[in-house]
Amino acid sequence: MATANKEQIEERMTEALVSFGAEKDQIKRDANWESLDVDSLDLVELAQIVEEEYGVKMKEEDMKEMKTVGDAVDFVAERAKS
Amino acid sequence: MTQRVAITGVGAVTPLGVGVETLVERWSAGDSGIEDGLGCCTEFEPTEHLSIKEARRADRFTQLAIVASDEALARAGWEDGPSVDPDGVGCIIGTGIGGMKTIEDQLDVLRGRGAEAVSPLAVPMMMANAASGVLAMRHGLKGECYGTVSACAAGAHAIGAGLRMVQHGDVEACVVGGSEAGITSLAQAAFEGMGATSPSGFSRPFDARRDGFVMGEGAAVLVLESEEAAKERGAEVLGYFTGYGATADAHHLTAPEPSGEGASRAIARALADAGIEPDGVDWVNAHGTSTQLNDASETKALKTALGERANQIPVSSLKSAIGHTLGAAGAVEAAATVLALRKGIAPPTVGWEERDEDCDLDYVPGEARTLESSGRPLCAISNSFGFGGHNAVLCLEAA
Repeated sequence: MATANKEQIEERMTEALVSFGAEKDQIKRDANWESLDVDSLDLVELAQIVEEEYGVKMKEEDMKEMKTVGDAVDFVAERAKS
Repeated sequence: MTQRVAITGVGAVTPLGVGVETLVERWSAGDSGIEDGLGCCTEFEPTEHLSIKEARRADRFTQLAIVASDEALARAGWEDGPSVDPDGVGCIIGTGIGGMKTIEDQLDVLRGRGAEAVSPLAVPMMMANAASGVLAMRHGLKGECYGTVSACAAGAHAIGAGLRMVQHGDVEACVVGGSEAGITSLAQAAFEGMGATSPSGFSRPFDARRDGFVMGEGAAVLVLESEEAAKERGAEVLGYFTGYGATADAHHLTAPEPSGEGASRAIARALADAGIEPDGVDWVNAHGTSTQLNDASETKALKTALGERANQIPVSSLKSAIGHTLGAAGAVEAAATVLALRKGIAPPTVGWEERDEDCDLDYVPGEARTLESSGRPLCAISNSFGFGGHNAVLCLEAA
């Protein structure tokens, strides 16, 4: 399991979101999912990637709290450390 | 009173290229899209037509349907969606299998990495109704919408169902068609295992040398509208669906009833529905799969249903040029029939050479034939028969 800092996590998430079809130059910490056209199916895929690579589980109720890219990055970074 | 149903849009993606005009031009010229025993849509590149998001959320069978639908709706003048109330526009798309590649890929994921790694996109991609749902979203079609599943008759059943909806005034228009992308390792092995596909890799419908069908893939979509609505909005009418007949063999899971009884009843029903006699049929776009059983029983069915007329008119099989596109076939063949009738020709059964004693009709060898006109609009029937004993026949009339 990779240990990672915020920057690396953001980079990996950006890569995933681009592969889902989001525009790379619009992916910023404060970008919300709607503006990136990221929906619930994309978030489940993102959760699978995060769990596989960082061992962090993003549950449905967790995802409901995440409104932006930054929220997701912070969530993973916090738990990936422990 | 039932509505007369006009065809105002048509589109296709097939092994002969992207576009329905290409399909009919190349088929008429005797070209074949079959390479190394397969009819693949090699000229189809999803990302040329779809965004990353659209492409990755659609199995290939849905991707093919999307591109065929874009062409059909553009032809109907509906690039930006229907110009009529979307509540009155249905969408019915048939498929034999659905998202076969998705099923295979996700089974690999399940076995290799466990249940938790299976994609959340698996269900929306593999479900057999995915194409109809995606087309409804893409074009804003808000009337009755579903998929038909009846193996190699699915595309024809979809058209038949849409035809009835428009005839009865349930909807003003209906986007109909069929799509299949079944050239995958499991499907190939499965069809080969049951002895349905050609070991030689040649698609030779009605030819004595035929030894099974060649797997193909593709999609076709048509826009059906009540003639009244089409004329009111000034749409160009490309042709008409005038009749539909569907029956079951109730005989065997895969083999056609040898006398062609079930198929002949479907043909007879389609003619009766169109209100024409056998001498009103000018051309048969046959199911003609290149299997021993289908081609012999279809020939018998045509003779039973059309009588002496069967010996007087051309019978061609598009599968000679593109292979068997399974659940798409009925729609692809209907789409090709619309344009062939417009041109007044019967394209050839490509590569037909050797007469079989069980197949003794005129299969249009060599080159396309000009259809003889008798003062009325040209008419054709398009046959589709599927494993399970499903028979669906459409009757078309030139505009």
